[in-house]
Amino acid sequence: MGNEDFYPSKMNILQVQNLTKTYQSGNRKLTVLDGVTFEVMPGETLSIVGPSGSGKTTLLGLCAGLDTASAGSVLLDGEPLEKMSEDQRALLRNRSVGFIFQNFQLLPTLTALENVMVPLELKGRKDAQKVALNLLDQVGLADRATHYPTQLSGGEQQRVSIARAFANEPKILFADEPTGNLDTETGEMIEGLIFKLNEEKGTTLILVTHDLELAQKTQQIINIKGGKLQEVTHG
Amino acid sequence: MADAKWMLKMAARDFRKTGTKLVLFVSAIVTGIAALVAISSFGDNLRKDIDRQAKELLGADLVLSNNADFGIDDLDTLSAERAREINFASMVAFPGKGESRLTQVRALEGDFPFYGSFEAEPEQSESDFRAGGKKALVEQLLLKQFDAKVGDSIKVGEVVFEIAGALTKVPGQTGITATVAPAVYIPMEYLEETGLVQFGSRVNYLRYFALTGQEDAPEIIEAYKEHWEEEGIRYEDVEARKQSTGRSFGNLSNFLSLVAFIAVLLGCVGVASAINVFVKEKLPSVAVLRCLGVTAAKIFGIYLMQIFIMGGIGSLVGAGLGTALQYVLPLVFSDFLPVEVTVELSWSAIMLGTGTGILISLLFALIPLLKIRTVSPMMTLRPEAATIRFGKDPLRWAVVGLIVLFMVGFSYYLLRNWEQTFWFTGYVFFAFGLLWMIALGIMKLVKRFLPLWMAYPFRQALANLYRPNNQTVALIATIGLGTAMISTLFFVQYQLLDEVRFADKEDQPNMLFFDIQTSQVEAVSQKLTDADLPILQEVPIVTMRLNAVNGINKRVNEQLPEEEKRSGGLYNREFRVTYRDELISSERIVKGELVPYLEPGDSIFVSLEKGYAERNRLEIGDEIVFNVQGRPMTTYVGSYRDVNFRQVSTNFLVVFPEKVLENAPKFHVLITKTGSDQEAANLQNEIVRDFPNVSVINLATIVDTLEEILGKISFVIQFMALFSIITGVLVLISSLIISKFQRIKENILLRTIGAGTKVLVKINTLEYLFLGSLAALSGILLSIIAAALLSIYTFEIPFRMEWALLGAVYLGITALTVFLGWWNSRDILKTSTMEVLRD
Ligand SMILES: Nc1ncnc2c1ncn2[C@@H]1O[C@H](COP(=O)(O)OP(=O)(O)OP(=O)(O)O)[C@@H](O)[C@H]1O
Ligand SMILES: [Mg+2]
Repeated sequence: MGNEDFYPSKMNILQVQNLTKTYQSGNRKLTVLDGVTFEVMPGETLSIVGPSGSGKTTLLGLCAGLDTASAGSVLLDGEPLEKMSEDQRALLRNRSVGFIFQNFQLLPTLTALENVMVPLELKGRKDAQKVALNLLDQVGLADRATHYPTQLSGGEQQRVSIARAFANEPKILFADEPTGNLDTETGEMIEGLIFKLNEEKGTTLILVTHDLELAQKTQQIINIKGGKLQEVTHG
Repeated sequence: MADAKWMLKMAARDFRKTGTKLVLFVSAIVTGIAALVAISSFGDNLRKDIDRQAKELLGADLVLSNNADFGIDDLDTLSAERAREINFASMVAFPGKGESRLTQVRALEGDFPFYGSFEAEPEQSESDFRAGGKKALVEQLLLKQFDAKVGDSIKVGEVVFEIAGALTKVPGQTGITATVAPAVYIPMEYLEETGLVQFGSRVNYLRYFALTGQEDAPEIIEAYKEHWEEEGIRYEDVEARKQSTGRSFGNLSNFLSLVAFIAVLLGCVGVASAINVFVKEKLPSVAVLRCLGVTAAKIFGIYLMQIFIMGGIGSLVGAGLGTALQYVLPLVFSDFLPVEVTVELSWSAIMLGTGTGILISLLFALIPLLKIRTVSPMMTLRPEAATIRFGKDPLRWAVVGLIVLFMVGFSYYLLRNWEQTFWFTGYVFFAFGLLWMIALGIMKLVKRFLPLWMAYPFRQALANLYRPNNQTVALIATIGLGTAMISTLFFVQYQLLDEVRFADKEDQPNMLFFDIQTSQVEAVSQKLTDADLPILQEVPIVTMRLNAVNGINKRVNEQLPEEEKRSGGLYNREFRVTYRDELISSERIVKGELVPYLEPGDSIFVSLEKGYAERNRLEIGDEIVFNVQGRPMTTYVGSYRDVNFRQVSTNFLVVFPEKVLENAPKFHVLITKTGSDQEAANLQNEIVRDFPNVSVINLATIVDTLEEILGKISFVIQFMALFSIITGVLVLISSLIISKFQRIKENILLRTIGAGTKVLVKINTLEYLFLGSLAALSGILLSIIAAALLSIYTFEIPFRMEWALLGAVYLGITALTVFLGWWNSRDILKTSTMEVLRD
């Protein structure tokens, strides 16, 4: 295996090796992910597709270090997740990772602006407010900065969450069905925004989606079924 | 540092939106803290006032007393002022009103009190009384009772006095003492004329001294102590009075602080339960923050800060309220206070209250809050993602341990007694445990066996008890424990009163004449016989003291090592003894036998009450030398008797055989049974008129007095227990607000599927009816257990159910719960469907 760790040409941003996740339910062992291996280069876009229950979300969570694998390894920005504590992973997330969720996941007690500011403040940035306002402007919501999430529509909330995701200038962005809760038109607008920012900032994008049309827009598509990697398509 | 600042910033941001809710959550501790601060401030001020007014408490620098007249010539020269008092229990009558009652008559000579003064109305009455003449100062309570007023006459023995004034306050005396034995002051010069002080009467002789200042009281006591003790003279100076008063009020205020502490605990249960819901609502946010890379410790800190600040605010508000409440307390306690209490800020009490509030609310809040540390960021992707199981977190158990430790520590701090601390904390845990189990058990049962045949509103209301985020357990615990406290109080009070009242019904004697001179026995008996009343007992009583046990007299006893020493009370006590060769119905022999005295030269065997003998380690066969009015008499312990002191009867610690004491100076007691209260009153008045020195006790008077005293005591405790009920109400209100949104959603859902307002109201009312019933019934169950334990072990009376009382408590508490539930859900029913969608 040793030589597989070695990539002479270019350093990858995410490397997944033989990743396996099992759940114990009663005395039955449920294998949700089974020996998945792939890698992503910096700036690349990748989508994960597959039927419902196939293990997409599980895979995403493991790649982002939100969960721990049963076996196999994940190398995220050169750091082996399985060897890190939850707090170390949290710091790594703050430094290099951004998230966009299907159900937006804004903090309900914070205004739009403050939601975007949190990752910056965590980094100790003094210009958090300025940067955040600028980002809100980029997603077209500068005038809604002081509004709370409940005062925003679903599409607006997702735009705030995109601004938040890009706030700490992540090297890699994870998105789990970012348009799943939106109508087609709004969904397309959100997609456009994600790809645009992604391109501008040179961020790596990992996208889980049911939407094959959306998946076609990424450079790499991995298809999983029953926890197993079916095929990898390079666009 | 920067981290802490950011955490504080996040806490403040979060607080903006959910702060009002949090304020409500912690409001539950406000009442408890207020009670705690009020009572300990009051205790502090009382202590200071007792110190300040110590001289007024005693009214003199030194008081000597004995039950035989005594002269202290040396002290007469050492003192600046002297006063003499002779007091005894006696009947007084109000001529023209035809009524009489037992009082304490105090014949006074000299200017006592030297410090402080009698407080009497009208103002000049004290000087009027001291100016001479047949005038009396009478306790106001007594005047009220007989509807008499200043200027009327009062007959004390053979002498009729004019009532010069109504006493409102006597130095060192409280309202309670006045209830038991109201005082009547008369001038010493007319004492003789009353004819009340006769051979065998039980009389106290007191001497009050104001010292010149050359020698202080402790020095004088040191010099004369031995001599006084030999003579059986009791002495008390300002310091001793200060200490004994301070001690008993210290105990009282500590006991009441404990009652307040229960309210604090109840509040904390409410806080924990509300924070539990709060934390559940926050879990998604916690998961998001984890995704954004905030460490578990920081997130925990953000919420801990909020709760700390809220606990602090709640405690401070409580402390402020408690300080204000102090102004009310002197009114509540007025009947118990020997001194005038000033109201001042007590910083130590405020600190105690605030500190306790912050610490314990934080500890209780930690139990649910700790969950925050274990939230997985996966929850953002999959909301059902598991957190670490509830009970398994070792820190949680550490917190529970700290709470227990705090409770034990706090109780011990107040009680200073490990055994009481153990019982108190034990019962609190038992009570909480029981309530918790009842609540969980009911929820489980309802969930499992929700009867399908029931009408829909019933089923829905029952099902609501275990809706998600329900507060059922917390509500049953808080309302239940509050109910238990109030109910126990009434229960015990009723039990004690019933115990006395029932004695009447059970064909027991109900009237007792005592202090009858030997020469009067026949005439008094004749009166009873003429009135067709039975003479149930005729008992001679001889007073005596104890000189020595097995050759050990008081002096020797004092030199014995601590564990061999007998209580000094044994040697100081004046024994009232009777003689007879058989038992009466309220007693039975438990050890040895009654040995009659057959002929001169025989040994004299006495029979002792078992409990008293055991407490003083007097064994069968021990030699006791009694001092019968100056004559030593050697006796031996022949038997132990078990005596039922509950009956209205003459019960004795020591019973002599016949033919030993017949010639000793003595007085007599006659016991009878009258029919109606009116018959009893008439007989009493007639006897008092003809035989002024004879005192009468009848059961009706005892019941009245007991009722009044228990009423006063329980008023104070109820006042404190009220805080627990208020706390329960606050917890109820906060739980209603917590569940409001959920309730609105449910109601709208039900409305959209066709349920009318009537049905919704029905469901709501039924839910609170169930909840209130459960809480009240559990509380009542606890109070039955507590009252049974107290009756049997503390008061030693048989336990009796008080159905009517319990029924009333049940109805009251349930009605209160239903009312509050209804009141809070009025606007829930009014909300339109749109509002829910918009929120
Ligand atoms: N904690 C768990 N315990 C047991 N099984 C789990 C757990 N979490 C997820 N699973 C199972 O793992 C499988 C994969 O779940 P996952 O959420 O990754 O699917 P998905 O591909 O994201 O589906 P969808 O497209 O519906 O979102 C499912 O069968 C799910 O039931
Ligand atoms: Mg999924």
